[in-house]
Amino acid sequence: MVEMNLNRRQFLKLSGATAATLAVVELGFNEKKAYAKSKEFKIAKATVTPTICCYCGVGCGILVHTKNNTVVYTEGDPDNPINEGKLCSKGTTLRQLYTSEKRLTKPLYRAPGSSKWEVKDWDWMLDTIAKRTKDTRDSSFVDVENGITVNKTERIASLGGAALDNEETYLLAKLMRGLGVTYLEHQARI
Amino acid sequence: MTNHWNDLQHTDCALIIGANPAENHPISFRWLTKAKENGGKIVSVDPRYTRTSAQADVYAPLRSGTDIPFIGGMINYALENNLIHKEYVANYTNAAFIVKEGFDFNDGLFSGYDEDTRTYDKTKWAIETTEDGKPVKDATLTHPRSVFQLMKKHYSRYDIKTVTAVTGTPKEDYLKVCETFCATGKVGKAGTILYAMGTTQHTVGSQNVRIYAMLQLLLGNIGLPGGGINAMRGESNVQGSTDFGLLFDNLTGYLGAPKATVPEHATLKGFLEKETPVTGYWSNKPKFVVSLLKAWYGKNATKDNEFGYQFLPKGNKNYSHINLFNAMYKGELDGTFLFGTNPVVGGPNAGKEKEALGKLKWLVAIDLWETETSAFWQKEAGSNPAEINTEVFLLPASASFEKEGSVSNSSRWMQYRWKAIDSRGEARPDLDVIHELALKLKKLYTGSTKSADKPFLALDWNYGSGDEPDIDLVCKEINGYDLKTGKLIAGFGALLDDGTTSSGNWIYSGFYPEEGKNFAKRRDNKDTGNANYLNWSFAWPANRRILYNRASADPSGRPWSKEKEVIHWDAAQKLWVGNDVPDFKPIVSPTEPGGANPFIMNKDGVSLLFAPTLNDGPFPEHYEPFESPVPNAFSNQQLNPAVVIIEGDFNKKGTKKNFPIVATTYRVSEHWQSGSMTRNQEWLSELAGHMFVELSEELAKEKGIKNKDKIIISSARGKIKAYAMVTKRFKPYNVNGKKVHQIGMPWHFGFKGFATGDTANRLTPHIGDANTMIPEYKAFLCDIRRAD
Repeated sequence: MVEMNLNRRQFLKLSGATAATLAVVELGFNEKKAYAKSKEFKIAKATVTPTICCYCGVGCGILVHTKNNTVVYTEGDPDNPINEGKLCSKGTTLRQLYTSEKRLTKPLYRAPGSSKWEVKDWDWMLDTIAKRTKDTRDSSFVDVENGITVNKTERIASLGGAALDNEETYLLAKLMRGLGVTYLEHQARI
Repeated sequence: MTNHWNDLQHTDCALIIGANPAENHPISFRWLTKAKENGGKIVSVDPRYTRTSAQADVYAPLRSGTDIPFIGGMINYALENNLIHKEYVANYTNAAFIVKEGFDFNDGLFSGYDEDTRTYDKTKWAIETTEDGKPVKDATLTHPRSVFQLMKKHYSRYDIKTVTAVTGTPKEDYLKVCETFCATGKVGKAGTILYAMGTTQHTVGSQNVRIYAMLQLLLGNIGLPGGGINAMRGESNVQGSTDFGLLFDNLTGYLGAPKATVPEHATLKGFLEKETPVTGYWSNKPKFVVSLLKAWYGKNATKDNEFGYQFLPKGNKNYSHINLFNAMYKGELDGTFLFGTNPVVGGPNAGKEKEALGKLKWLVAIDLWETETSAFWQKEAGSNPAEINTEVFLLPASASFEKEGSVSNSSRWMQYRWKAIDSRGEARPDLDVIHELALKLKKLYTGSTKSADKPFLALDWNYGSGDEPDIDLVCKEINGYDLKTGKLIAGFGALLDDGTTSSGNWIYSGFYPEEGKNFAKRRDNKDTGNANYLNWSFAWPANRRILYNRASADPSGRPWSKEKEVIHWDAAQKLWVGNDVPDFKPIVSPTEPGGANPFIMNKDGVSLLFAPTLNDGPFPEHYEPFESPVPNAFSNQQLNPAVVIIEGDFNKKGTKKNFPIVATTYRVSEHWQSGSMTRNQEWLSELAGHMFVELSEELAKEKGIKNKDKIIISSARGKIKAYAMVTKRFKPYNVNGKKVHQIGMPWHFGFKGFATGDTANRLTPHIGDANTMIPEYKAFLCDIRRAD
């Protein structure tokens, strides 16, 4: 992580292709004067990271201000040519994706016939999912159909992915087709 | 999008149909506002007077499901009043091509229809060719079997009187739209068409888009700044996830997918021969397919084993969303993964999709929240947990700024998101979860000698030695390598079909051309000319910002006009130059073979006014929605003759007798899709906290409903409760002299989160478009009454 004494706009312009995370100590105006008599300005010394909005397909730039391991503020990225700092109601409230009390924070498991979730650890969850995947794949795998090699399972489906990153969609498509999954779909259809 | 968001400012007229960007893509509207400041006009066509309509110069209502008559009438108007760009049409479209004798259109059916299978024999729509396979043309466009004359004849039936009687649009409003938008057929003017799900979610969805494109071609609006045909995407990376092949019928980069039902697909050679056109840019397809196989199967992909082609699954049917849930409903699926998706709210006929989940043995959901789908077994969902034996695994996912990676917006711009903070609690990025699951599966299969396990064991999975995958290695694999030197490849032009190159997605190849240069991370926001921002991020393909931009110049290589210049032929440099990356081989002069053919992805280098490739006809033709209150005024074919109908309990059909009101769904600014991302946040939940149904004052009066009353909305599939929102934004339509009511409702609500409400999709049908199987969410029948 870099720490520099330059304003946010200068930095983000300079940052180019490098990872753009730094502590902003100056915001291009003299916050010391404005807040001299109040407590320390909330986003002074916050770390600013550029992101792209996770909602619609416009692709607005957003700056995420983090401090003390929480998101303290988000705002439109003035340097992104698409939105030039402007945001809609959803983009503006991005911070609450982090702070909402409704966020899932632990893996949860629901047993057959059960009426409740149980907290489980990641290892158990992924081990069990891998086993279920293998069992279903092995018991349903078709290698040849009408004399043609087909190498598929039609008893596993994968849905979703329109909110994933490109790199994630790439690995997901590769893994699912690699396993022989034919029911591969996502939100572009619905 | 052929164009991009910033380019909207250059338009002389934006026709916004089947979309409401002022609410659903709010920031796009600043560029439309700028277009207005520059003298451009905005036309809004929508069943409801939306916030987009409020900003428009011209508004015209249309009944849901009547886009083809609406635009077909505009085509007729443009042709009759000589408003088309003739030279563009003659040179850059297949208007001059002669259709083979025997092609016919009669009472709503094209030639080659088989009633039993509800399919067409498309060979009956062929173009006449010379002995060497070239299309026969008539440059005068007067031959009675020329595409131009056939099109003219087809749309002569779409006269203003018939059209407005079907769409329910007041005649004067309709004429105003025709006049305003068709004025962009003039050289020096450009019009854009903006659309979204209001266009595609119909049984004729693909043909809706097709007819927009036809109008744009006739007006010479494709390839120009401020022009194009622009789909506004509803999710931050639905563009990317489609590009990367998360649909059953496409490998990455739109390469198709091998099928067990096509005998030629039995071998790689057969697949490539069958699926590769002889001419046009797709003639390079073998290079992209083989490079993809090399990216996926690495050293296990060799010349001797068809580069691992046989490892790929070959399906034998249509596996799309509706069919997937039908199979699940019938107990044909054991396990399902859900990556950030919520079909119990977002799927069509969602009550049935919820029931289907209970037939699974196991369900894995990875999400930021407990959604209505992962909670489908709970009492709140109307289920009895004791009766549901599905095991459910719910994995906490990181938010977009808790991880790094890129997303592609509607403009095809691939922008990077850096990690701002560690994930909340134990949440993990999807990339890590997919990676670890793959490694665990690899471990379980290690040592197996079973032939069925070979394909998975052959899958190349090398993303570093740490617990987390090295995302940079993933990025580089997508871009591709020259496998002889081990160096990154500069772009898809360098890909080969002999196994010496790799690329995980050819259309993105070039975004990472050398070590340390991931162009998705570029943040140079200097305008490089005409707001194309060539050094900001990366746009696929080849960083091109306006697709088909060769069409912005005339056949001789001169821009049609100074105002709408993109690229031109520089005879001195012998190069195409301009303010965008040419969508053309930059050294091919206008006089060389193909030098005046801008639509390089099509085999003849021209665009298709007549498209013998779609399932439901070479010209878009109007059919009524699956559920409609009126007979089809254009023919005796009530419903699109090529749609697949699932009969029975899974898709009950309502009649106009029991359900006389047309309904549609829409979105509000404060919520996103199925609402799981926004209804779980405090502020947005407070801003839009209740499920409502919007109806006209006239319908409210007929039904004795007052604003804010609780009402019940029912369809053949189910019923829901909501608050009545009585507005002037819906008006009854006059359809052939008959009064037809339409209502609309948001589809964001469910029983989880802070803001809860009934789910609109409990009402929508399980029927899809004839080409894509996209569900018909946007036009169905219902009835309403007061709840008390």
